[in-house]
Amino acid sequence: MSNDTILAAHGLVRHFNVGGGLLQNPTVVRAVDGIDLTIKRGETFAIVGESGCGKSTLARLLMRLLTPTRGEVVFDGRDISGVDGKALTDLRRDMQFIFQDPFSSLNPRLTVGKLVGEPLEVHAPDLTRAQRRDRVAGLLEQVGLKPEHADRYPHEFSGGQRQRIGIARALASGPKLIIGDEPVSALDVSVQAQVINLLSDLGRDLDLTLVIIAHDLAVIRHMSDRVAVMYLGQIVESGTADEVFESPRHPYTRALLDAIPEPRHSETPREQTVLGEMPSPSAPPPGCRFHTRCPFAQDNCRTDVPRLEDDADEHAVACHHWRAIAAAQAVPERTAKPRSSGSASRFALYRAAADGAPLTYKTAAATSPTPTKD
Amino acid sequence: MSNIDAHRSPAEPDAPATTPLLEVRNFSLRFRGQSRDVVSGIDLRVSAGEILCIVGESGCGKSVTAMALMGLLPPDAAEIPSGSMVFEQTSYDLTRQVLPARLRGDRMAMIFQEPMTSLNPAFRIGDQIAEAVMQHTDCTKAEAMQRAGDMLEQVGIPAPRQRLREYPHQLSGGMRQRVMIAMALVNDPALLIADEPTTALDVTIQAQILDLIRDLQARRNMGTVMITHDLGVVAELATTVAVMYGGQIVERGPVSQVFDDPQHPYTIGLMSSVPKLTGPRTRLTTVPGTVPSIADMPQGCRFQSRCPFATQDCNTVPAMRDMGADHEVACHYAPLDSNISVVA
Repeated sequence: MSNDTILAAHGLVRHFNVGGGLLQNPTVVRAVDGIDLTIKRGETFAIVGESGCGKSTLARLLMRLLTPTRGEVVFDGRDISGVDGKALTDLRRDMQFIFQDPFSSLNPRLTVGKLVGEPLEVHAPDLTRAQRRDRVAGLLEQVGLKPEHADRYPHEFSGGQRQRIGIARALASGPKLIIGDEPVSALDVSVQAQVINLLSDLGRDLDLTLVIIAHDLAVIRHMSDRVAVMYLGQIVESGTADEVFESPRHPYTRALLDAIPEPRHSETPREQTVLGEMPSPSAPPPGCRFHTRCPFAQDNCRTDVPRLEDDADEHAVACHHWRAIAAAQAVPERTAKPRSSGSASRFALYRAAADGAPLTYKTAAATSPTPTKD
Repeated sequence: MSNIDAHRSPAEPDAPATTPLLEVRNFSLRFRGQSRDVVSGIDLRVSAGEILCIVGESGCGKSVTAMALMGLLPPDAAEIPSGSMVFEQTSYDLTRQVLPARLRGDRMAMIFQEPMTSLNPAFRIGDQIAEAVMQHTDCTKAEAMQRAGDMLEQVGIPAPRQRLREYPHQLSGGMRQRVMIAMALVNDPALLIADEPTTALDVTIQAQILDLIRDLQARRNMGTVMITHDLGVVAELATTVAVMYGGQIVERGPVSQVFDDPQHPYTIGLMSSVPKLTGPRTRLTTVPGTVPSIADMPQGCRFQSRCPFATQDCNTVPAMRDMGADHEVACHYAPLDSNISVVA
């Protein structure tokens, strides 16, 4: 294994048995069904898919929160799919998790200082109490909170601040890799942007590898270096973010991108809406799993399973017909309509002001201090 | 309230285009036991065939506004200090908090965010839709079921007659939302209020539901009030947009104006915060801080605590200013580009 791979999955499978009983066989849910991937040291790798595609199960397998049914997960050159006990505790130091919901993932009875300090007690037991308090203060500052917040409880914070607490807690042990399961999807847009910026700053400054699980493609394009698209427990396309977003190959990726409403006004509506809904992962369709919803499906898609095939640019796709589809129907170019000059200068002005640039006000009344306290 | 008995008949000729279907004036709302308004003096107008999107973040008051317009807020939890509403040329005093039950589910209908919690899990889908029909129409159960089946077909549910006998848990999220829409539209309402109808859905399903809403509302010439936090949904669906912050409307106008020429610092900040699918992947410009709680809302312009342009002048409430082309903004410094510049 090359040295720049930090985490890899080989033939990873996880099935869950649901229901069943004395006289009835359980239903097998194929949540993750044969996944190979490699994540490079220092990159931000994103896994995208809709609910039920198995992305959260995959995240938990990579984290060794679940044991795989088959296959292996290799972290830093070591197979971790079966580790437990002391080895697992050591693994947790290097690998941390950020949860989706900042409301339910923090113990409401612990102070923020205790929440962030807890991983230090486990992973750095030699620290004195004062040293630990200093480290907690440093971590809180690193995520944009104040050291005095350490004495407060989670309910005193907003969603965005709680997510920062979760991030500080994940950073406490000094991990090499952090996996975030929908780390920003519960947040409001303006706060989401703050947390996205924070995660990319931390990734750069601390030389972290980030694995981001998300359903929001715009967030993923913004944050990640490489992307894997999942459908029904399998990866259907992977590649660099630029490649996947600019020239998506799999019909599912194209449909996902096409389905996103763009926050820009335009007169042209979407070209096509993907049909139907995702089949149940307990009874995935034979052949290509997307064929039941694919507008391009042919006879062989119903019987032959497409392999995920890499090309020279490491842009891989699992589709029998992607070349023919790309030739027949080019990916519509998404070009942002340029803003009017007045509006463009307003956006530039806002950006400058938000970054703290000094401002002058032309209205005379505006510059004179006229306190109007009520 | 004698005027609530003003009669209506389906054959009524269309109102002239100048008269809006729904007009709300100076609507304020306050939770009992709190000293500040959660919604503070907002005006709304929707005409037939128009989709008004109210966009804003959690806690801006958009959902309680929708609930109040439907008369769904319990009077012991919330009071309405001011506000009046004209709906289909009949006026209602919102402060009295008694809207006639016959409006609800008949002339005005609502779709909620979470279809699983808004459908009754213990009753079959057909019975739930038929109940809505029988509540407002004098007809037999069989006729009501017939209409329920027709409606399920219109919202694109496969094998609608069989589905009538199913329970909500047997359907997927997207199908449940279609059932909600069928239930809302079965009595042919003039006004549809939709509160985050696609937020709980995956993008491909969201696209299907947005197409469905757009299609049905155009075919029926309904007025629609859509509550959402998603600027993408607004851009896709809206005719007009109202941007809310801290219980006030800070900007309003036709969708093309608000998106191509946003004026309020909050609107600009919100649009800058959204990661884009095109263009360079630069660092996101954000709106600093978080929304204050209602008790901590600043006096005057409520956005001033997060606004990078705020001065002492912002302690006075900014009036809605006309920017031309039906576009209004509540900011002392609009247009920003001619009133403020960066010191070189």
